[in-house]
Parts: sequence; structure tokens; C-alpha cells
Amino acid sequence: MDAGSAHSSSNMKTQSRCPLQEQFLQRRNSRENLDRFIPNRSAMDFDYAHYMLTEGRKGKENPAVSSPSREAYRKQLAETLNMNRTRILAFKNKPPTPVELIPHELTSAQPAKPTKPRRYIPQTSERTLDAPDLVDDYYLNLLDWGSGNILSIALGNTVYLWNASDGSTSELVTIDEENGPVTSVSWAPDGRHIAVGLNNSEVQLWDSADNRLLRTLRGGHRSRVGSLAWNNHILTTGGMDGQIVNNDVRVRSHIVETYRGHTQEVCGLKWSASGQQLASGGNDNILHIWDRSVASSNSPTQWLHRLEEHTAAVKALAWCPFQGNLLASGGGGGDRSIKFWNTHTGACLNSVDTGSQVCSLLWNKNERELLSSHGFTQNQLTLWKYPSMVKVAELTGHTSRVLFMAQSPDGCTVASAAGDETLRFWNVFGVPEVAKPAPKANPEPFAHLNRIR
Amino acid sequence: MPLRTASNESALIGNKFEYCINTILFQRGVYPPEDFTAVKKYGLNMLVSQDDQVKAYIKKIMSQLNKWMLKSKISKLIIVITSKETGENVERWQFDVCREKADDQSWSESEVQQEIQSIFRQITASVTFLPMLDGNCTFNVLVYADADSEVPLEWGDSDAREIRDAEKVQLRSFSTNSHRVDTLVSYRHVMLVTVVFDT
Repeated sequence: MDAGSAHSSSNMKTQSRCPLQEQFLQRRNSRENLDRFIPNRSAMDFDYAHYMLTEGRKGKENPAVSSPSREAYRKQLAETLNMNRTRILAFKNKPPTPVELIPHELTSAQPAKPTKPRRYIPQTSERTLDAPDLVDDYYLNLLDWGSGNILSIALGNTVYLWNASDGSTSELVTIDEENGPVTSVSWAPDGRHIAVGLNNSEVQLWDSADNRLLRTLRGGHRSRVGSLAWNNHILTTGGMDGQIVNNDVRVRSHIVETYRGHTQEVCGLKWSASGQQLASGGNDNILHIWDRSVASSNSPTQWLHRLEEHTAAVKALAWCPFQGNLLASGGGGGDRSIKFWNTHTGACLNSVDTGSQVCSLLWNKNERELLSSHGFTQNQLTLWKYPSMVKVAELTGHTSRVLFMAQSPDGCTVASAAGDETLRFWNVFGVPEVAKPAPKANPEPFAHLNRIR
Repeated sequence: MPLRTASNESALIGNKFEYCINTILFQRGVYPPEDFTAVKKYGLNMLVSQDDQVKAYIKKIMSQLNKWMLKSKISKLIIVITSKETGENVERWQFDVCREKADDQSWSESEVQQEIQSIFRQITASVTFLPMLDGNCTFNVLVYADADSEVPLEWGDSDAREIRDAEKVQLRSFSTNSHRVDTLVSYRHVMLVTVVFDT
């Protein structure tokens, strides 16, 4: 009896084990062959949901987990990691709207759709100024238009200031013969201070309001300083020695960082609008993207991206004003192309052969357009539609290569200086908007307080 | 069994996605039903938009998708349906493309076709449990691509366009020699509100 029951129970065990297994198999099978009309809910993770309802709270209430510094670190980590991971891309074009069968829109829609009037682009320069002794050197940067609406141009050893508001000209400084000529000028973001790069490797900082030399930056370079770029209080200088130096103009030992990557003269230098990334182009045909937060002086390769697609010197650089990580770069005489880069990933988005050396590039701040200036044979300025890269206009007038361009603070007028020793102004980016009668806050004291009657 | 190359395979998935877009646009009423005509494909009657603009739009997407597919750069294809009024994402169809290592196991044409049929039937069937859309909707196509993919200018970085408080339903997966596609639809959870009239 005893033995029999034991036998039967063991028998049952084996029997019950078998069906269990079978059942399991069946279940797996049934999962694969679901009825096509009954949705499979395996994506609804009930275990996870239960955890979130019961346990998840505890973690959230813990203040240590959500400290702001930790959040920021996590965010940054995710960002840096994301660079090597998948990108989510969206097809940006708008899908067509369904056609309404009842044309009730015809009456209402038409006035609501104001077609933008086509912008008239004058084909000739609005104004031409003489620029005698302008050094015809592709690698220099001798023209800049500051936020104070004053244009600075270096002619030989002298830096001149042209006030665009009243058309008056003044001389900022004439450099001694042995130190000159001036190889670069750049306005600080405040529109008052101006940096002047010299042939003798020094950089001078001037206060334009009272024509005063504030300080001279020495020791950063061994040869001429042909490119300058401001990032708040950081003045970045690029030299013929291939070095790029970040100078903090506020402190005594001004050299903060040195970027080594170019083997020849650095002729293009631009900070992105965010101040996070620096683009530098050199005579070694290389375009570097440097990241302010990644760069540290002890790592062997400090650059974020080293882009070697250009086949001639990269001087023309322009960061897109409406897309933070989009950079346009133009190549010299042997390359003649404008290339577009996603500086986040280092991917080349487009390349357009312009047929002529690209000396300078400017984005239109108001429209999706790009202006390029060229050399032989037309010496023209070309306005491109972005991203289609259809030519909108070709502006001719200069009789030698258009070396430098600068944009007025309102973004409408472009100044160009060329090897023909003229400075021309073009109304290429549209007429300045009539200043709206902005409700200027009356500077009455305590205006924000309720009045006591 | 004739050998099919990997590129054929991708073209197959690419084509399939084109019909997926059309089916979803029709079934979810993004475009009026008059715009669609039936086409025989994969042994099914597929509804394909006849509107020239819609056709051109989808064609543009497909040409780039096929390029990426050939290089196996894509891990997910997504169709997001958004409300035109609020701009809110209301429905999100996700097709996960798994790049499986090609193994000895090969599939016959008819098997693949069967798989495809079942997925389209499922899309059609899901209309029964998906909430009604108000008809004033538009759609977008997203792609999860490898970071090193070449990106033309019409495509830009985007967020995942996930749906808030989504209900998710996994549909049946479908696979071919080198790819496997999992389908997931997520939609806005609709609260049922009972209105009690006080008499």
C-alpha cells in the first residue's frame, strides 16, 4: 500500500512534469502563432508597471538622486554618448494637406495667406569707398563690422574706423613700419573694444571710444596673427605658426589654452553662436572643430573633428544662425567648393562646386540664404538659397578677388573689400525693417509699482 | 531555390514600408478615402494614394530610405500621426528593423509573402481597438539611423516624438533572410468620461 502510493505519486510527478513541459511548449508556440486579430500585449510590461507604481516612488522621493549637479552630469554624459549612437531623423518637408472637396476655404483662406513679396536685390553696390594700400593677401582678415555699427578696416599699417551711422571716418592707429602691416582686426562683442593682430606676432587691444591702447598680448605666436575670433572675454588668435591660442583678456597671464592641429597658417577662425564650438581652417587644407568643454591641453588630439575634405586652404567659415551645429566652409583656389557640416557628428552634409576660389561666406540672418565672395574670374558675390543651393543673385562690380566680407549689425547690408582696393556696400540681405514704434518702457522711476492715489 | 541578394531583401522591406504608410494613411483617415485606389500586391488588395502630391512626398521618403536600407543604416522606422489643431502626437507606428546575420535558414518567396500579408492584416485589424481620430491629422516619418549615416538636407535631427501616457500594442513580427521587422503601435490613452445628468 505504502509502496504503491509512493509509486503512484512518483508516477504522477513524472506525468505532471511532462504535461507541464508540454504546456510550456504550447505556450511558446501559441505566442508565435497568435490569432492575427488579437493583439499581443507583450509590449505592455506589467512587471515594470507594478514596480513603478509601488517601488518607483521611493527612488523619486530620495533627494540625492535628483540633485541638479547629478542631473547636469547625466545630461552631459547622455549627450556625449549620443554622438556615437543612433540619431533620430525626421523628414522635414511638410506632408501635403488633403484636398477639401467643399471649397469653403476659397473665401476664407485667401486673405489669410499673405504671399511674401519678392525681395528686390540690387545688382550694383549701394556705395563704394576707396581702400588704398589694402593688403591683397588671402590669408588675412582685415575687415570687421562691430555691433556698435562701426566698420573697421586695416589698410597697410593703419586701422581705420568708418562709422556706418553717420559716414564719418577716423584713424584708430598706425603701427610702426617694423611691426606692421596689420594682419587682422576683430571687434569684441561689446562693439567698443577691438583686437588688432600684427605681422610681428603681437595682438593689440584697443578701446575705440577714446582711441586708447589697453594692452598688448605677446608670447602666443611666433609669427603673424592672421585670424581673430571673440568668445565673450576670450580672444582666440590664429597664427602663421599653425597655432590657435585662447587668450583671456581680463587676466595678466592671458594664454588659457593652445590648440595644436594645423601645420600651416590658420586663416579662418569662427566661434559658434553658442560659444561652445570653434571652427578653424588652415592653409594645410584642414578644417578643425574644437569643443570648448572637451579641449584640455594634455590630450594629444584635442579637436572634436578633423575634416580633411577640402583640397585647398580653408579660409571662409560661417556658422548658420538658424541651426546651431551647421557650419559652412569654403575652399581656396584649388578647391572652389562650399561644404556644409554637421559639427556635432562631423558629417559633410553637402558640397557645391562654385567654380571659383571662395574667400568669404556670410549667412543671411533673416532668410535661409548664404552669400559667398569669390576671386578669379568673375570676382563676384553669389547669393545662394539654402538648402537647395540655387543661385539667387550674382553681384559683380569688384575687379579683383573679393577678399573680405562683413555684415552690418542689422544683418541687411554687406561690406566687401577686394584686391582692387575698394570697399563696397551691398544691400543684398534686404532693406532694414522700418523700426517698429516699439513701446519703449518709459524710464519713469517706480513705473512698475502701483500708484498711490 | 533561387538565391536572393541582400539588396533584393532591403528593397522588399522598403517597398513594404511604402505600403505600410499608405495603409496607415488610409486606415487612420489622414487623407480622404476617395484619394485611394486598390492595387494588388503581396496577394492582397492594397490601398494606395492617387494624390500626386502625396505620391511624390512618399516617393521622396522612400528613395532615401532605400539608400539607407541598402547600407543597413536603419534600426527603426516610425510614422507619427499628429493633430493639426494641437500639434500633439496622437499615434505612433514603430517598425523595428533588426539586422540579423544572414544564416543558412532561407525563406521561400511565399513564406515571406505570408508574413507580409499577416502584418498588413494586423494594421487593418488594429483599427478596431485604436481610438477614433478626428480626421484633422497630419503625419511625419522618422528614422533611427546610425550616427555615421549620410544625411541629406531634407532630413534633420528630431526627438523621438513619443506619445504621452501611451498605450502600446505589439503587432506580429515579420522576417526575411537578413531583416526582421517588429511592429509596435502606441496611441493616446483615452479616458472614458461618463456624464451624469442631474435631473
